[in-house]
Amino acid sequence: MKEIDELFLPGDLRYTETHEWLRNDNGNVTIGINDYAQDQLGDIVFVELPEVGNTFEKGEEFGTLESVKAVSEIYLPVSGEIVAVNDALEETPELVNMEPYNNGWLVEVKPDEPDEIDTLMTSGEYLEMLEGEE
Amino acid sequence: MRYLPHTEEDIISMLRAVDAETIDDLFSMIPEDCKTKGSLNLPEAMTEWELNAFMDNLAEKMAVSPKYKVFIGAGSYNHYIPESVSYLLGRSEFSTAYTPYQPEISQGTLQAIYEYQTLVTRLLGMEVANASMYDGASALAEALLMAARVTKRKKVAISGLIHPHYRDVVRTYLEPGDYEIVELPRLENGKTDISAVAGMDDCAAVAIQSPNFFGCIEDIRETGEIAHESGALLILSFTEPLAYGLFKNPGCQGTDIVCGEGQSFGIPQSFGGPGLGMFACRKKHVRDMPGRLVGKTTDMDGKAGFVLTLATREQHIRREKAKSNICTNNSLCALASAMYMASVGGTGMRELACLNYDKAEYLKRALREAGFEIPFDSPTFNEFVVNFGEGFKERYKKLMEELIIAGIPLDSWYPDLSGHYLLCVTETIGRAEMDNLIKGVRA
Amino acid sequence: MKELQGTSGLIFNEPLLWEKGKKGRSGFSMPRRDVVPSPLDERLVGDGPDFPDLSEVDVTRHYTRLSQWNFGVDTGMYPLGSCTMKYNPKINEREASLPGFAGAHPLLPQELSQGTLELMYLLEEYLAEITGMDAVTLQPAAGAHGELAGMLLMQAYHKSGGSNRSKIIVPDTAHGTNPASAALCGFQPVAIKSGEDGIIPAEIIAALMDEETAGIMITNPNTLGLFEENIRRIAEIVHSKGGLVYGDGANMNAVMGIVQMGKIGFDIMHLNLHKTFSTPHGGGGPGSGPVCVKSKLEPFLPVPRVIKKGNEYLLSGDFPESIGKLQAFYGNFGVMIKACSYIMSMGSDGLKRASQLAVLNANYIKESLRDVLYLPYDKECMHECVFSDKLQETQKITTLDMAKRLMDYGFHPPTIYFPLVVHGAMMIEPTETESKEDIDRFIQALKDITAEAGENPDLLKTAPVRPKLRRLDETTAARKPHLAE
Repeated sequence: MKEIDELFLPGDLRYTETHEWLRNDNGNVTIGINDYAQDQLGDIVFVELPEVGNTFEKGEEFGTLESVKAVSEIYLPVSGEIVAVNDALEETPELVNMEPYNNGWLVEVKPDEPDEIDTLMTSGEYLEMLEGEE
Repeated sequence: MRYLPHTEEDIISMLRAVDAETIDDLFSMIPEDCKTKGSLNLPEAMTEWELNAFMDNLAEKMAVSPKYKVFIGAGSYNHYIPESVSYLLGRSEFSTAYTPYQPEISQGTLQAIYEYQTLVTRLLGMEVANASMYDGASALAEALLMAARVTKRKKVAISGLIHPHYRDVVRTYLEPGDYEIVELPRLENGKTDISAVAGMDDCAAVAIQSPNFFGCIEDIRETGEIAHESGALLILSFTEPLAYGLFKNPGCQGTDIVCGEGQSFGIPQSFGGPGLGMFACRKKHVRDMPGRLVGKTTDMDGKAGFVLTLATREQHIRREKAKSNICTNNSLCALASAMYMASVGGTGMRELACLNYDKAEYLKRALREAGFEIPFDSPTFNEFVVNFGEGFKERYKKLMEELIIAGIPLDSWYPDLSGHYLLCVTETIGRAEMDNLIKGVRA
Repeated sequence: MKELQGTSGLIFNEPLLWEKGKKGRSGFSMPRRDVVPSPLDERLVGDGPDFPDLSEVDVTRHYTRLSQWNFGVDTGMYPLGSCTMKYNPKINEREASLPGFAGAHPLLPQELSQGTLELMYLLEEYLAEITGMDAVTLQPAAGAHGELAGMLLMQAYHKSGGSNRSKIIVPDTAHGTNPASAALCGFQPVAIKSGEDGIIPAEIIAALMDEETAGIMITNPNTLGLFEENIRRIAEIVHSKGGLVYGDGANMNAVMGIVQMGKIGFDIMHLNLHKTFSTPHGGGGPGSGPVCVKSKLEPFLPVPRVIKKGNEYLLSGDFPESIGKLQAFYGNFGVMIKACSYIMSMGSDGLKRASQLAVLNANYIKESLRDVLYLPYDKECMHECVFSDKLQETQKITTLDMAKRLMDYGFHPPTIYFPLVVHGAMMIEPTETESKEDIDRFIQALKDITAEAGENPDLLKTAPVRPKLRRLDETTAARKPHLAE
C-alpha cells in the first residue's frame, strides 16, 4: 500500500470523498477512480458498469469494482446521463490499476447540473481529507 | 474417551497457565440462569462394540438389495458402485480436509473438483459447471432464481412432469420473492405440453425435466426455441444423469442452465441424502451462477495449479448481495461422482446407459405381453409408467412379502393416475428378477 | 536448521484425468448383459460424453497421488476458527456404510424403513435435548440451508400472526451466510455494530427493534469467540416487540451441556453436524444443518416429519402450516448417522467434557500467544480466540504472511480476515481433540514465526516453500477464469 505522499493526484481533476475523479471535457465529464482507490483495492479483476443511456443522481451507485477478495461500489460525482462506457475494461480490467487517469477511465457523463462540478474537491482538498482520516 | 487426549496433569498444567482454578472458572461469564442444570438426558455413552450392535440392529430393519428387489427410481437410483471408488473416497486426506481456501495445501481437492467440473460440462454439453450444490431439487430452485437475476423477470414456467418433490422445493424457495409460478400440463404421450409458453413474454425461464418424472424424454430443442423467442432461458432438470450416456445432451439442444441430481454416479442412496446437485450454465452467465468454482492458474514458480475463484459472487464476500447463501456444498459427493465417471469411462458410460435402457425396455415389453397397459408411448430411459389397475394394492403388498417392491404408486402426486405405478430398472436388476416380477404381477 | 514438524517427502506430479488413459481401457466391471438391445429413435441418441477411458490402476494411482497433496485433520492440527475441525471418528464411517443404511431407497414403504426412521427420530430427540429446544427438523443440508429454513420459519410465523415484517437485525460479526440467507428470504438485513468489548450492547437493539423488524440473527458464542453476555436482555427486547431470536449455532462446540440455548432466549437455531458433531468436512461438504425450534414454531417446520405412533415410526406431511420442502427427500441421512453415532459414543458427560476442553484449549493458546500477537479483545474467550497482525505492522508483515509460513511448520493456518470487525484477524479454534503437546508445538511455531518476522521477514513473504505449490495467482484466475477443459 502506498503512503499518502506517494499518491499521484493530477491537479487538473476534481475528487470525491469516495475516491472518484472527474475531468471536465468541455461540457461532458469523464469519471474514474483515483490512485488511492486503485492502490487500496489491489488487482482489479472485474468492472461492472452501467449501460449508455442510464441516468443517475449525484452520489448514486453506478457500478462496482471487484478485486479477488472484495467488491467496491462506485458513486457518480454528478447527476447525469451515461454517454460512453469504457468497453476495454471488459477484457483488460487491469487498466484501472495501471492507468487510472487515462485508459482506465470508467464512464463519460452528460451532467444535468454543470454547477455540481465546482462543489467537488480539488487535489489539495482531497489530500487534506485523506490526511485527516489517517 | 479416545477422542479426548487430555490427561489430568495436562489439565492442571493448562489451568495454571490461564490462571484458573477449575474448568468451571472458564465459564464464569455465563449468567447463572443460562446454565444447564445437571446432566443432559442422553443415553449412557456406548462402547464402539455396543454402538456397532445398536446400528447393525437398526440397519437390519431395512429393505435393501440384494435381499429385496426394489424397482423404484423416482429421484434415487440403485447403481453399482465400484469398490475402488469407495476405497479411494475413504482416503482421509480427502474426507477430513476443509474447503480449499488455502490452495497450497489443498491441491488434491482442487484438482479433483476441477476435473469434476470438466466432466460435468462434457456430460451435459455445457460450458461451465460449479463445484456442487446440495441436490437436484435445490439446484433447480437456485437455477430459477439465477434466471430471474439474468433476465430481470419474475415469472417462471415449470413442467408438471418435473419430480413432484422438486416442484415443492421450488415453491418453498420462490415463496418469499413474489414470483409467479406457472405449471405446464402434460400431453397424452407423457411429455410436457409447452404450447402455453408461446403466449408468455414475461417469463424468466421455462424449466423441464428430461428424462421426466414418468421417465419420458422431453423435446428439449423445441422447448428451448419457444422459450428463447420470448426472451426466457431454458432450464433443464434431471434426476438420472446416466441418461446422458445415451441421449443427446441438453447443451447441444440450446439449454441455458442444466441442473440435476448426480447421486447415480458413485453415491450411495442413503435414504435420500447426501446427494449431489450438478449445476452447469453458459460461460456468459458465469458471474450470476451460485456455488463455488475452481479455476486453473499458476503459482509463483509458473507451475500449474488450481484455486477457488470468482469468489465475489459468494456470501463470505458479498453477504446480502451474494448470488446465493450457499457455503458448505456436497464436495465429497462430487469427488465420488468424478471417481465414478473416471472409472466407468467414456466407452463404459455408453455401454452402461444402453444396458439400463435395454433392461427397462425388456421389462416394458414383458409387461405389455402380460396384458398391462403402458400409457405413455414416448421413449423412456430406465424408468416408465405402467397401469397395474385399481385393485393392485393387494398384489403389491403380497409382492412385498415376497421381497419384491413393484415400483411406486403415482396417485399421491397425480390423483388422476390411480392404479398407475412408476417402475425403474437399472443394471443391478437381472433378467430372472424381472421375469419373477412378471410372474408376481400376473397372478 | 532445527527440525520442524512439517517436512518434505516424495509426492508425485499427476496430470489431469483426460491427459491419461487410452480408448478401450476400463476401470469398471461391466455387469452381465442378459437382455437383447432394444431399438431407439436415432434422432434422440447423442455421442456420449467425452470422458477418458482409464484402467482401475490409472484411477487408483490418480486419486492416491492427489490425496497426498491435501492436508486434512488426519494429517495435523487444523485450527480454523468457527469451523470446529475436530477429529472425525472412524467408527462413524462404518455405521454410515452399513448396507441397510447406504442402500436404502428414500421412497420405500414405511414399514420397510423402520431402521432409518428410528435413527432420525432419535437424533431429533438428542439434538432437542442438547439445545434445550422443543422440536427439530433434520432436513436442511448445511448451516446456510438451516439459516434459510430459519428465515422462512420466521416469515411464516409472522404471516400467520397477521404481521408483515421486512427487516432483520444482523450484527457486524455475523458470518456472511447470515445476511445472505436473510436476503434470500426477502428480508432487509439491518447491520449493527458490536461494542468495544466485542459483544452486542442491549441499548442498540432497544433503539432499533420495532414492529417492522422480524427479529435478530445472533451467533452465540459469537465469531470473536466471546459469549454474548447481554443475550437475555436482547431476547427480552426483541420478544417485547413481537420479534423472534434466531441463533446461529455454528459455535455450539463451546457450550454443550453447559448452556441451555432454549433458556437464553433463542426461538429458532441451527446446528452444524459437520462442525460440533464430528462429521467430516469432505473438502467442502456434505454437511447437515438441523434446525431446532421452540414449540410455537413447530407447526411451520418443513415436511415430512418423523413421528412415532405406538412402536412405529412414520413420515407425515400432515402439517398444513409447514414452510414446505427444502430438499427432495429428508436431509443428509448419511451425515446424520455419523452425528448420531458420535452423540451415542460420547454421552452427556462426554459432550460436556468436549466443550470444556475446547474452551480450555482456546484460552491456553490465547494466554500463550498474547505477547507475540495482538489481542483485540483482552478477556476470557470461549472455544476460539482472535488475534490480529497489529504488532507486525511496523515489520510490514501481514496475517496472510504468517498464515502461509505456518504451512511450512506443518500446520493448517487458522481462519484469516474473518470476522471483518478485526482488521487482519486471525481466528484460532483448536477444538478439544488436540493434545497439549500438539498445541504447544503450534504455539511454539507461531512464536518462531513472529520472531522470523523481525529477523528474517523474507521467510514469511516467500512462504510457503514446502507444499507442492507456492502462492498462486488468484488475480489471473479471476480475470481470465479457466473453469473446465
